[in-house]
Amino acid sequence: MNELAITVIGPDRTGIVAEVSEALAGVGANLSDSTMTRLRGHFAMTLICTGAAAEDVEKALAPLQGVLTTVRAVAPEADADVAGEPYLVSVHGADRLGIVAAVTRVVAAAGGNITDLTTRLTGPLYVLIAEVDVPAGRADDLAAQLAVAAQELGVEVTLRRAESDVL
Amino acid sequence: MSDALADWKPDVLGVEGKVLPVVTAPAGVLSSEGAEVDPADPAVVQLAADLVATMRVSPGCVGLAAPQVGVGAQVFVVDVTEHPKTVTAHGTFVLCNARVVEASRWRPGREGCMSVPDLTGDVKRAGRVVVEAVLPGTGEPVRLTTDAFEARALQHEIDHCAGKLFLDRVAGAHAIYQRKVYL
Ligand SMILES: [Zn+2]
Repeated sequence: MNELAITVIGPDRTGIVAEVSEALAGVGANLSDSTMTRLRGHFAMTLICTGAAAEDVEKALAPLQGVLTTVRAVAPEADADVAGEPYLVSVHGADRLGIVAAVTRVVAAAGGNITDLTTRLTGPLYVLIAEVDVPAGRADDLAAQLAVAAQELGVEVTLRRAESDVL
Repeated sequence: MSDALADWKPDVLGVEGKVLPVVTAPAGVLSSEGAEVDPADPAVVQLAADLVATMRVSPGCVGLAAPQVGVGAQVFVVDVTEHPKTVTAHGTFVLCNARVVEASRWRPGREGCMSVPDLTGDVKRAGRVVVEAVLPGTGEPVRLTTDAFEARALQHEIDHCAGKLFLDRVAGAHAIYQRKVYL
């Protein structure tokens, strides 16, 4: 089945998630996977939907006040095989240009696949938390390279094994 | 519980504590390993009193470590007596050169920190710990067994003394939260 990749961004306000969800439901779009968060006061929503045509979704979202939307038809993708072991990277320090670029480049160079990432700027403090699948046997290497990058950036970095308790 | 800790009160330090400004991240002292201290050193005794005084004037503060007042030393104060998540509590106490020697019953919990005022995070900590340390002033060794929120506070403060913040231990990319401001 055809999938739609949808983004909705706008000033956060009460009821915005309900408005977007109702607009999608109204044209028969099912939310498969979605994530919604607030970024510095902007409401941000990214979704994969099925069951509706792109034009219909665009029309349904158009009346929403003050939000920026994109709708694109995409081919279904299989979830990538989990290659490697789950790790967490924490970075914190004084804000400066290029922290995310430098850290994620080091992760990629070690074959690490970033599966989730959050950054927060609060006052002068910049924080990055990333979940990374690291190829077996490469974690020590990655930790050493992250330490070098952190030193250059003047930030603190830790790499540690993520725990996933199955209950 | 060690008798030394049962009898311990901040008054035994014999000096008046000063309220010190609390340092916030990103400050280098928060990310540097604190030095082991000589518990009999008058500067360490003064620092212990200052930590107690600073904790007491800070609303909701249940623990404060030397790096948070700009001193790279392995000294901290804890008092979780009034906290609703507390089970075992040992009152107000200051420890020097503390180590976690046993840790079990790991569980997640939400943590904040005066040195990271705008964020909280989910951190897995041991719900039962045994900590060994020495008391400021006398240098008397203590071995403290505790649980629940006091155990969490001890691990958080011992981390500070090792140059670690809760940000270094959060459980995932979605495990940090902007602290809400209630007016
Ligand atoms: Zn703290």
